[in-house]
Amino acid sequence: MKIIFLLAVLLCPGLACAGKTSDAILERGQLACGVSTGVAGFSAADSKGEWRGMDVDFCRALAAAVLKDPNKVRWSPLTSQQRFTALQSGEIDVLSRNTTWTLGRDAGQGLVYAGYIFIDGQGFLVHKRSGVMSAKQLDGAEICVQTGTTTEKNLAEFARASRIRFKTLMFENLRAVLKAFFSGRCQAFTADASALASIRANDSGKPEDYVVLPERISKEPLGPVVRRGDEDWFAVVRWTLFALLEAEERGITQANVDALRARSDDPAVQRLLGVGEDVGKPLGLDREWVYRVIKAVGNYGEIFERNVGPASLLQLPRGINALPRDGGVMYAPPLR
Amino acid sequence: MKLRAYALQALIVVAILLTLYGLATVVAARMRGLGVEPGFGFLGQRAGFDIGDTLIDFDAADTYGRAFVVGLLNTVAVALVAIVASLLLGAVAGLGQLARNRLFARLCVAYVELFRNVPLLLQVLIVYVLLIGRLPLPHEAWHVFGDWGPDVWLSKSGLSLPWPVWSNGALILERPVLGTFTFSGGATLTPEFIAVAAALTLFTAAYIAEVVRGSVQSVSQRQREAALALGLDEAQTLRFVVVPQALRSMIPPLANQLLNLIKNSSLAVAVGYPDLVAVADTTLNQSGHAVECIAIIMVVYLFLSLLTAAIMGGWHARLLRRQGGSA
Repeated sequence: MKIIFLLAVLLCPGLACAGKTSDAILERGQLACGVSTGVAGFSAADSKGEWRGMDVDFCRALAAAVLKDPNKVRWSPLTSQQRFTALQSGEIDVLSRNTTWTLGRDAGQGLVYAGYIFIDGQGFLVHKRSGVMSAKQLDGAEICVQTGTTTEKNLAEFARASRIRFKTLMFENLRAVLKAFFSGRCQAFTADASALASIRANDSGKPEDYVVLPERISKEPLGPVVRRGDEDWFAVVRWTLFALLEAEERGITQANVDALRARSDDPAVQRLLGVGEDVGKPLGLDREWVYRVIKAVGNYGEIFERNVGPASLLQLPRGINALPRDGGVMYAPPLR
Repeated sequence: MKLRAYALQALIVVAILLTLYGLATVVAARMRGLGVEPGFGFLGQRAGFDIGDTLIDFDAADTYGRAFVVGLLNTVAVALVAIVASLLLGAVAGLGQLARNRLFARLCVAYVELFRNVPLLLQVLIVYVLLIGRLPLPHEAWHVFGDWGPDVWLSKSGLSLPWPVWSNGALILERPVLGTFTFSGGATLTPEFIAVAAALTLFTAAYIAEVVRGSVQSVSQRQREAALALGLDEAQTLRFVVVPQALRSMIPPLANQLLNLIKNSSLAVAVGYPDLVAVADTTLNQSGHAVECIAIIMVVYLFLSLLTAAIMGGWHARLLRRQGGSA
């Protein structure tokens, strides 16, 4: 798989692969969306094979905007090794897969981040019986890590800064690393805190036997990524994200979107729902695109609540991922 | 005539080189287009990740280049252990299939059929899951030799044993000591290493057993009868008559098995043993230099394989010279 992607990247005759992503999507009639191989709450297939999660909903929103149908998505489950090559090679149009935004990735690898959809931080999951209450107490411990991410670097830097030593056990496969941790091969497992919450809730068997330690040792803004060199498609992805935030700010929900479109006399709402000023044209979309997006997946707050919020399996608080008026940092520039 | 043949060969070589050059240029241009500077300069950069199981000192401040060396040494270590063990086990199981003792012969056949017909990846995973599932936690580690023997402990953290280290100019035996979480000091064979080495050994030895059995059976039955008639006993017949002749036809297929073993060691990735491929994969991800990392993997395996083939070839040639025959 990896080799095929690699060959595809290498043999692309220069510009021919960059192309117009939007045109390619319209021609194909499907959005090619790269997701994870299974992180509950973000992108995971449920028992019926239906993909669910925040990153999944974002791709549905994009499909609703561009193809007028949230179901016209082709899902590509990618490991952390495959994900960037798949995007670079044109195998997928957008990578919506809990991927951390860093300078190196944003500038050095032919990729560009459209924004962040969830702000996370790396933490530690430990066995409760170990009695460990803080990551600083893990000096000398064996720590399981899934490779191919920023995780192992953060871990090494944290150890250095705290003047402690770990024995790092790196696994490529999520199943293998979980098996190792739950069978007691290592004393702690480190990953993004949201992933840890999901793993504790779904994979541990007995969530009460495990604790997520309070420390967050890194900044992990996760967001959708596109190929460099197609600014038009980049703009569509970025503003779809902003539209979800703007809709929450204006109180537009999946439930009231039809009523608001028919009756609201707020110009900002009218603009957003396609009955006022045209906010589709600059993006090469029609004027009702935001209406379709909200109708399909709801606003950002609804996506959060449904997939990872307090009522979901993950039970994550909104925290820093709230709108600025609620003390968070999810800010959208004006859609006009 | 000869000139034309040479010219043709030269032309083909030039064509191949030009194609390779063309490919390299396209690849380099494409990588620059993606914002990645092609080349091996990144090997001098700081790696930034730790490796748990190393034969030489390594930490996050060291370079990618050193990380590759660590991975290479780990690959060589696990392959060497598995080569020695699988040759021994393969010889026993191979000769065992021909043993007079029916029960032992059947057991050897059963072993061969079971282990050569189950995919290696599955065997690695099964051994690993059994190890980490069944072994006790470090705090309840088994004291392998009891309280009186050497200080060897077996637990989920692996096999911890005393190891000689230099301390103040003298060689002392350092014992493993249980810390807050696990053992430190001495040397440790991790469950990952044990799982990979054991699975490689069991898998390859099954094939080697077949090679051994086939070669021994290919030695004419009359040779055996003649040796027995001369008064050699069963063991002496095997040692002085059968095995030396069988070795000649055994070595080339044996070399193939060893080459397979070396390449199969890359399955270590599945259980988190930091071999060359695992380190290269991590580096590839951190640095974005996919082509270079894969090129390094290819060159290293090619080198290890050619080296093994050369050693086995040399052994075979010497044997033929000494025995004055031809295979």
